[in-house]
Amino acid sequence: MSSLNWMADFLSSVSAECEVVQAATTWQIDSQAWQRVAELAMKQQLRWVAGWAEHDQDQFLVNSCFEQQGRYLLLRTSIAVEHPELPSQATVYPAANRSERHSQDMFGIRFLGHPDNRRWTRHQAWIENSYPLRKDFPVQGTRVGITPPDMHYPFIKSHGAGVYEIPVGPIHAGIIEPGHFRFQAVGELILNLEERLGYVHKGIEKIAEGRNPESLARLAGRVSGDTTVGHCWAACRAMEQAAGVEIPVRATLIRGILAERERIANHIGDIGAICNDVAFVFAQMQMTRLRELWLRTNATVFGHRLLMDKIVPGGVACDVSEEFCTLIKKDIVELRTELAEIILALDLNSSLEDRLYTAGFLSEQTAAAFGTLGYVGRASGQDFDVRRDAPYPPYDQVDFKVAVETQGDIASRFWIRYKEIRVSLVLIEKFIEQLVDGALVTDWKTPPEGAEGLGIIEGWRGEIVSYIRFEADNKIARFYPRDPSQLNWPALEKLVLNNIVPDFPVCNKSLNGSYSGNDL
Amino acid sequence: MNWLIAILQTILFVALSPLLAGWVKCCKCWLQNRKAPSIFQPYRDLLKLTYKQPVVSEQASWLFIKAPYVIFSATVLAATVVPLIAVDLPTSASADVIVMVGFFAFARFFLALAGLDIGTAFGGMGSSREMTISSLAEPAMLMAIFTLTMTASTTNLSLAIAHVLNEGLILRPSFVFALSALILVAVAETGRIPVDNPSTHLELTMIHEAMILEYSGRHLALIEWASQLKLMLYGVLIANIFFPWGIAQSFNPQDLAYGLMAIMAKLAVLAIVLAISETLVAKMRLFRVQEYLSFAYLLGLLGMLSHIILEASR
Repeated sequence: MSSLNWMADFLSSVSAECEVVQAATTWQIDSQAWQRVAELAMKQQLRWVAGWAEHDQDQFLVNSCFEQQGRYLLLRTSIAVEHPELPSQATVYPAANRSERHSQDMFGIRFLGHPDNRRWTRHQAWIENSYPLRKDFPVQGTRVGITPPDMHYPFIKSHGAGVYEIPVGPIHAGIIEPGHFRFQAVGELILNLEERLGYVHKGIEKIAEGRNPESLARLAGRVSGDTTVGHCWAACRAMEQAAGVEIPVRATLIRGILAERERIANHIGDIGAICNDVAFVFAQMQMTRLRELWLRTNATVFGHRLLMDKIVPGGVACDVSEEFCTLIKKDIVELRTELAEIILALDLNSSLEDRLYTAGFLSEQTAAAFGTLGYVGRASGQDFDVRRDAPYPPYDQVDFKVAVETQGDIASRFWIRYKEIRVSLVLIEKFIEQLVDGALVTDWKTPPEGAEGLGIIEGWRGEIVSYIRFEADNKIARFYPRDPSQLNWPALEKLVLNNIVPDFPVCNKSLNGSYSGNDL
Repeated sequence: MNWLIAILQTILFVALSPLLAGWVKCCKCWLQNRKAPSIFQPYRDLLKLTYKQPVVSEQASWLFIKAPYVIFSATVLAATVVPLIAVDLPTSASADVIVMVGFFAFARFFLALAGLDIGTAFGGMGSSREMTISSLAEPAMLMAIFTLTMTASTTNLSLAIAHVLNEGLILRPSFVFALSALILVAVAETGRIPVDNPSTHLELTMIHEAMILEYSGRHLALIEWASQLKLMLYGVLIANIFFPWGIAQSFNPQDLAYGLMAIMAKLAVLAIVLAISETLVAKMRLFRVQEYLSFAYLLGLLGMLSHIILEASR
């Protein structure tokens, strides 16, 4: 099936109204056909991308986004607030599971036939039958005093001789985000792992409502601290689409530089952290040092170590002078040499090899079923990168290779990161080469009421999808950021199976999902 | 006089063990291109822990509170048996090397019980792993020690060391095997990389640390101190059995001072070797530890066989 006709084929198999809205083709379909369309999509091997809902007066608009060969399809249906029921797509797409549970907790929509309708984002702090994302729920929330302990969450149980349960977290000994992991193990062998996230729920979606574009961009930059450029860019792209704003070439190139710098910083940190989890501290110290030098250049050139708030609606809030271009180029050369030296030492270390190879295996089938993204997907043969497959400026101007492996183990995820660092270094060099003089920001146009945009970019963890709808007066009506972690977290539950308990931390680190980005 | 020296060197053992731990940490930091903390940091940590209030779980029984004292005392008793700066100790005569292994086992037994006592998942997990490993480490250790005791025809450590000293420098294949075995066992028993990682925060990968996760305040201080003592004990065993030169054979102050200098230098070198090996290798997968310890046992066995075949006839 060629890239041009899959959508036409699909369209003929489901009769639906079709309109093209910016990045994605949007189809408004009947709620009764919701599940059937998903089945057809599955038949056409579409990838499930994201799902979210929206409260619009007396109806809920439920969306689910699919992709194939870089083309995005947005399915939308509306259901009445009085009867918030919809057939579940999670029966067809396991990837949609947590997303639907999120909508269920936030809006009170019942997904009929959902394989697992336990609460997900909802913890004990919320009053029963109050739904935060409905418009009648106050933005400041309702105070209920001290949150009662979540004693009765129905975790999956297993019984039998020698089976024991290990609850880990939500508070961990290391300085990491909170999340609960429930293991069932026999001896050291992991029988089952269940994740319980949501401890970093910040109400991003709710507090986004009513903001102006600048303020929303700042909020988007705080969805997940390590992906501040990625989320900010995705949100800005969505807003720019909605407003019909074209951003200057210089700004797109600087955005590209920012995003690649973020990718490199995180990948360097991750490579070190993976080694640290198998007690190979030398690598972590070296990687931390390289990351620190990299971040200091960020601070010198862009004025912020993590590049927060450097992307603004309509352009960028920072410039790269000639002198700084030279500094960046010099930095790249240095990083490349140093990295090559250290990576060689890691490659030659057999004790490290023994820990990383074959551990935490994620098969191509499982990776595809859960729609895993970024380096997790690409280590398991999921050859997808938004930058190449649905290019956006500045990536439409450059040629680059996307590293893909099929080995699917921790080592593979380790090496994919290294390969991506090398590609990103070249990309930054190319962007600097192409840097043309010009404006950094264009004037903002107030978008019409109801204007919507879907910003899809490749963050360092993978594809980020950001949906934005405006109301009147340049205000945000709905903001939904889908971090790649949301699709990668379920893969962790699968890839640790048949591993031993003490190998879990390194499996987890090789995936490195964002808790904050998942919980919103 | 003998008893005085025995008591003095036990005190030295207890007093110097945090210094050794600090030195290992310093070496590791330098090898990782980091600034090292002060070599006296372990003392400060112990001091800090002693005046912190211990927090004890409501589910804990008397065993949990008593265990640190038992563990510390048993480890100190084990230290009395090992000649540090001088041979010919009365304590070595009253308790031989097998008793020393027994003291270790006794301490470990209580540590494992304490890990189970509070009923957290990590404690039980740590205890189970510790027992798995020690059941393999103890025979390997005894095998290495027996090689030595067969050579010296005694299980009294003082006499054995004196015997090695009097024999002078002879290349014994059995000792090479026994030394290798003892080093492997020492790494496993003291919870160092590649068997266990003493500085990790990852609960699921812990062995020793998992058992003591619930400890705090002075209880934790005692357990930490005991494990520092254990590290030093193994260091001294390796240094004094296989490289005994420098140890005092009489009790005059000059010899004793010389003995002290010698053992400190030997330990410093051993610590550097430990730090280098910990920097060069990653931790093993847990199920690799049995292969590792079986190998240590095999080396011990080879040592004994080569003693019987090559050396015993002489």
